[in-house]
Amino acid sequence: MKIISLKNDYVTTLLFAVVVLLAPIWLSPFGANYPDLLQKFAIFGIFAIGYNLLFGATGYLSFGHAAFLGIGSYTAVWCFKLFTMNILPAIILSTLVAGVFALFIGFICLRRSGIYFSILTLAFAQMAYSLAYSVLTPITNGETGLQLTMQDPRYIDAMAGVVVPEGLPSTNLFGISVNGYSGFYICAVVLILAFFISLKIFRSPYGLKLAAIKSNQVRMQYTGFNPRPYLISVFVISGMFAGLAGGLLAAIDPLAGAERMQWTASGEIVLMTILGGAGTLIGPLLGVLVIKYFENIFSAINESVLHEAFSFLPETLENVVVFVTHLFVGEGWHLSLGVIFVLVVTFLPGGIMELLGLIKQRYKKFRSESTSTSSSKTESKGEK
Amino acid sequence: MEDILIQILNGLDKGGAYALIALGLTLTFGTLGVVNFAHGALFMLGAFCAVSTHKLLTLSVKVRDESITYFEAYKEQPYLEIWWGDTGTAIIDYAVPISILVTIPIMLIIGVVMERGLIQRFYKREHADQILVTFGLAIVIQELIRTFYGANPIPTAAPDIVSGSAAIGAFFGLSENLVYPWWRLIYLAFAGVIITAVFSFLKFTTYGMVVRAGMSDRDTVGLLGIDIGRRFTTVFGLAAIVTGLAGAMYVPILPPDYHMGMDFLVLSFVVVVVGGMGSLGGAVAAGFLLGLLQSFASMNEVKAIIPGIDQIIIYLVAIIILLVRPRGLMGREGVMDD
Repeated sequence: MKIISLKNDYVTTLLFAVVVLLAPIWLSPFGANYPDLLQKFAIFGIFAIGYNLLFGATGYLSFGHAAFLGIGSYTAVWCFKLFTMNILPAIILSTLVAGVFALFIGFICLRRSGIYFSILTLAFAQMAYSLAYSVLTPITNGETGLQLTMQDPRYIDAMAGVVVPEGLPSTNLFGISVNGYSGFYICAVVLILAFFISLKIFRSPYGLKLAAIKSNQVRMQYTGFNPRPYLISVFVISGMFAGLAGGLLAAIDPLAGAERMQWTASGEIVLMTILGGAGTLIGPLLGVLVIKYFENIFSAINESVLHEAFSFLPETLENVVVFVTHLFVGEGWHLSLGVIFVLVVTFLPGGIMELLGLIKQRYKKFRSESTSTSSSKTESKGEK
Repeated sequence: MEDILIQILNGLDKGGAYALIALGLTLTFGTLGVVNFAHGALFMLGAFCAVSTHKLLTLSVKVRDESITYFEAYKEQPYLEIWWGDTGTAIIDYAVPISILVTIPIMLIIGVVMERGLIQRFYKREHADQILVTFGLAIVIQELIRTFYGANPIPTAAPDIVSGSAAIGAFFGLSENLVYPWWRLIYLAFAGVIITAVFSFLKFTTYGMVVRAGMSDRDTVGLLGIDIGRRFTTVFGLAAIVTGLAGAMYVPILPPDYHMGMDFLVLSFVVVVVGGMGSLGGAVAAGFLLGLLQSFASMNEVKAIIPGIDQIIIYLVAIIILLVRPRGLMGREGVMDD
């Protein structure tokens, strides 16, 4: 019995893997079964898992994580340009480079906590963004963004004698194309690995130290632990996750631009994590799923669709309703996102996971009341 | 020499804007203890108050263009010109200064509604939650502006009479080449007036005294039987007005667009942090200091030595200050020492 419980890391990961790999099937009823979107789910899932390791576990609110995503993307594209179109070296390299930057930035930023930490990360991210746009143009190609060109040397590919077809070569993993479903499955495998690592971290003594940092740093110091190494290492890990996500993003579409590093992009990952439920394992992924899904669905709705949907109403009323709803869909879907986010932070700080917990509680209470059995069965079920 | 003088003026001018925004931000922070990420949005709302005033004043109707006689031509003519002739034209010309009158009540209402409606729920919550909810609010405001005003910057001109440049070089007996746009000088003076007004309000009125007392010890003021919450609401409104005015008057210098608020937000936080959280004098001093630093860093001579310094100088200063002196330049001990 013990072996197949959710407490077992391998069982949890296996379950997670099945759910992720079957995503094309269970997402098709929602109309979300196309490779582009699935890849986005997986990649931002990795990003969110990494962000959750920092913010969810330690409570340090970083507003500069998109910088690592951008650094990862740039590294990956440079790897494609200089070495090979195989994505494996590119994503490894982007993870490592992001890790180095995270070590440097984390070393400085983590000297402060609370809102000062947030502002420091913000300052670093803005610096990276402004530099990418201005002085670092030889490396980042400024506003145009870094792209593949026909003149790229690609030394390793040239040495290996890879035949370059007409036009720009496309990225691959040992010959497997990264477009379409194979691309999704590559991202999904990485996502499962990332999930497993985050699970291991959360359920290890190391994860407990992180939780201690969140609840009371002073008390932690009294018990003889120095929080600083834990903080720096988790910052680096989380930066590496972001770099990995950035590398994958560049792998499915070899293009890197500075706008990926802007602080509002960091804000987006914060939104996803909070909306899903920071500090929980699955929450951030749910947040990614919901936000990316609605981004796709809401953006596609335009005025004529709305008029059709509300055509059963009298005409004046229909126009009013369409006018109001039109604010929230299509171009304005960010507005709905903002409103939802404000409501979530105000009334449901735990995000979707808290909502699920509440529903479960209600349901339990409802059942125990209706059957009026003794309350002996209400044993603690552990977290999720 | 001229270059340096021009850079000083540039710096003071930028600094004026930074100081005003940071003043509003640190007012809300010092009084309410709330980290307001929607502050940049208030600045933007102020700017769009000016834009809307201009739009309202130039509401037009299609009329026959009399100056063209050989075919039927039509032109848009503002109602004001039709009703009042030259007076109307003059009013339209002065749209930006007039918008001050509109901005004050609108920003007061926005500020009070924001505080009563949302922010008061977050006094007892963590700073991280405050950041998050105000960040969400900023997104909402930004998107609303984009829906109603579009994504492009909307230029609005300063009054004709001050659209040129002032020959300050000649005035002070220096080189003739030293000229500076009138409107920027006006903005600098305006910033000075507003800053003085806010400071004297807090320093010389009983109301301000109570607010200052509340800033340093909220509980004791409450024990004295003063409804400090009410006063803080007013202070939030005041901060909104100051920020909104800073935005409204900035319109001729920088045509506002919907993400202007987010752009200025990071900057204003940096200014507040450098000045010291909750210190009004610090915010003003840091605003001018960073403005000066930034304009000197953008001189070609400086850029030749350290390329790209103009882009990052502000953040660099903020990082150094935070690490070396976390209280900021003039921060009081015990306020947000984490």
